[in-house]
Amino acid sequence: MKGDELLQEIELNVVQGRRNSSDEGLDEDLSGTPGVTELVEDALNRGIGAKGILVDAISSGMTEVGERYEKGMYFLPDMLAAAETVEAAMEILEPYLLKAGIESRGKIVLATVKGDLHDIGKNIVGLMLKGTGYSVIDLGNNVDPDDIVSAVVENEANMLGLSALLTTTMHQMSETIEAFSGVGFRDKVKVMVGGAPISSEFAEEIGADGYGKDAFEALKLADDFTDI
Amino acid sequence: MNDNANGREGVLVDPIGRLGESQLELIHETSLKILERVGIICYSDEASSLLKDAGCEVVERDDDASVVRFPRGLIERCIELAPSTVLLGARDPENSLVLRAEEPRVRFGSGSEANVYLEMEPSKFKQEDGEASIEYPVYRRLRGNVELLCEAAHLCQQLENLDFFIRTVNIQDSDIDEMDKDANKFFASLNNTSKHVMAGLTCLESLDKVIRIGEIIAGGEKELRENPVLSFITCIAKSPLQFVEDTTGKMMEIVRRGMPVVISSSPQGGSTAPIQETGMVSQINAEIIAGITLSQVVKPGAPVLYGSVPVRARMDDLNDLYGAPEFCWYNIDCIQMARRYGIPCYSTAGVGDAKVPGVQATVEKLISHAVIPMAGAQYVHYAFGLLEKTNVFSPDQAVLDDAQIGIVKHMLKAPDVNGEAAEATLSMIEEVMGTSHKLYARYTRKSMRNGTVFPPYQFETKESEDRSVLEAHRRRLELMEVPPRYLSRPVVERIYKEIAGLVDRINPYS
Ligand code: B1M
Repeated sequence: MKGDELLQEIELNVVQGRRNSSDEGLDEDLSGTPGVTELVEDALNRGIGAKGILVDAISSGMTEVGERYEKGMYFLPDMLAAAETVEAAMEILEPYLLKAGIESRGKIVLATVKGDLHDIGKNIVGLMLKGTGYSVIDLGNNVDPDDIVSAVVENEANMLGLSALLTTTMHQMSETIEAFSGVGFRDKVKVMVGGAPISSEFAEEIGADGYGKDAFEALKLADDFTDI
Repeated sequence: MNDNANGREGVLVDPIGRLGESQLELIHETSLKILERVGIICYSDEASSLLKDAGCEVVERDDDASVVRFPRGLIERCIELAPSTVLLGARDPENSLVLRAEEPRVRFGSGSEANVYLEMEPSKFKQEDGEASIEYPVYRRLRGNVELLCEAAHLCQQLENLDFFIRTVNIQDSDIDEMDKDANKFFASLNNTSKHVMAGLTCLESLDKVIRIGEIIAGGEKELRENPVLSFITCIAKSPLQFVEDTTGKMMEIVRRGMPVVISSSPQGGSTAPIQETGMVSQINAEIIAGITLSQVVKPGAPVLYGSVPVRARMDDLNDLYGAPEFCWYNIDCIQMARRYGIPCYSTAGVGDAKVPGVQATVEKLISHAVIPMAGAQYVHYAFGLLEKTNVFSPDQAVLDDAQIGIVKHMLKAPDVNGEAAEATLSMIEEVMGTSHKLYARYTRKSMRNGTVFPPYQFETKESEDRSVLEAHRRRLELMEVPPRYLSRPVVERIYKEIAGLVDRINPYS
């Protein structure tokens, strides 16, 4: 397979949501053929640059997935399956990209706030962000404000994403934002909040920088925060 | 002996099932294999250690949790230990419920902890370029609070087909802090309905306060256990296959205090469980029987319900989707599993994905209202007033649901086909054939009056306009006019004296 054919093959497998050869994909006859991780390794072994793989295969694959979603041909699970292929590919590509001095689009710390165990929405947001090339540090659920702030500072993240699904835990978002006051990192990080009971008014009230109604809005906010 | 003589009888059905014997066995086997091989990630140290002592394999993880793998013998023994009959009492003994696993007698009730209370105002609109005018429902979304919960409980008391009350709205009053939420919500409910009251617990610390309210109402400690006017829901599973620390702790304490409790799980097919029927039902069943096993390890013979709330995810945003045929499949299968285990089933039906009452809500609700109870669940929750995938409680919708459930209950009645009826048929036919008009009308009169023949839809309109939502609203206002049957003054005074943190505005005698 020639270099550009290999990149096309990676793109196709992103669109099919196949991380590796054991993934089925959408088309029936794909099982057993190499998936994104095997193809990316192959491309690197053949000396194709990590940036080329990222731009000409992975990102273009995700753009195609986005278009199919817009047209109603793809559903959210298709988007998430494709995002997982990007996550898997990025794990392989990251050291090469770092060596080449190419930074990730931005770094976001994600957490469901203290007292709250709901994490389906946050996980979807996380996967989508990873799928578009953001570096995501997911702290999980029921996370203490101080631990969140420490993780932001330690990782020098430029964004923080907080999720809450309970009216009884929403206030933890403002406590988390307040917890920055002791460490003075607040001006370096943009905070986005989301979850079913949250609204843009609430986000404004607690001094967050943005509210994401769903995962797509969260992506848009991340792009705005990083000037993309 | 008929224990139901003084309780709410519900409707006894001849249950349908989707799964045959071998399929039920296969689900059971798959659930056991899941629990043997994959196990449950348990975030409660106490639960892990109790399960270890009972024979489970427990492997510590590095995130404060452990993986608990269950031997099948333990699960099977614990299922045997769980009682097949659970009594849920009531302030008014006529409203108590005797749930027997072997008896597919269906009762319907409310449910959830909706954040929004949907208020409605009928408003007049005029045609833009004409004379015609129309009355149309206009909605306001109110944040749930304790007074709205009282109103909802009072309304539910009046709804004929509602057999038990689960708090419908989440109370978000700024002057009721977290620790006092439980006492306020249980008191608000128990003071406004004499039907059985069930709810989840916000704080473990308030468990004893809530039980004390129950004891004062029932007349003492022993009396409450004999007539549990209240009971609890604990969704201990966070799917897939995790036991959360907080709710698992609550379940164990409730069980120790001898109160009835639902052990439930609510996975979403397509996100937190497989969307395929076999996968969904095997997983939720594994989660529930693992929870029941823990309850029986804590206290053998503890009264528990098999709590199945399997939901399907929608594919555009992975939120819940209730008006889906698969929702009915999953629930029916779970009801069959509960029956196989001989444990009464807390099941789910009647949630609308629609945001307001109307055609969409009716379609979504009707499929599950009608079909799921046919499988014979003893206790069907979520059935009244829930819209927007449980985020909204609409009192007008609750009235519409009451009418709908009335039809469903009638539809589920056992057939009245027997020798006596056959004899009556022959003589009726002979008589009618001897008349000039050849009409059977006169033979309907008794049936009309004894309830064997159902009247037309309660909110039908004679004009060519559909006014059912507006008529339901009118009916709701009428029902709200009926004076509430509060607890007696001495009982309320005692509760206020002993239980700190109850707000004064829900005390009818203050
Ligand atoms: C960072 O930037 C961003 C940006 C956008 C962000 C974002 C962050 N986070 C989210 N978004 C946005 O993007 C996402 C994707 O589009 C969206 O995320 P969502 O999370 O909104 O949407 C998800 C894709 C799908 N939606 C969900 O995942 C939530 C669904 C419902 C059914 C729900 C579930 C599944 C669960 N629950 Co819970 N639960 C309910 C929910 C009722 C409902 N139908 O909505 C709700 C939220 N729960 C409730 C309750 C009461 C509870 N739950 C509890 C437990 C659970 C489960 C563990 C069983 C399970 C969670 C599983 C999990 N892994 O998360 C308990 C609390 C546990 C705790 N301490 O957290 C318990 C207290 C029940 C009990 N008595 O034990 C109610 C809340 C009432 C309130 N007080 O506010 C509730 C509304 C149900 C109800 N009507 O009763 C957007 O909001």
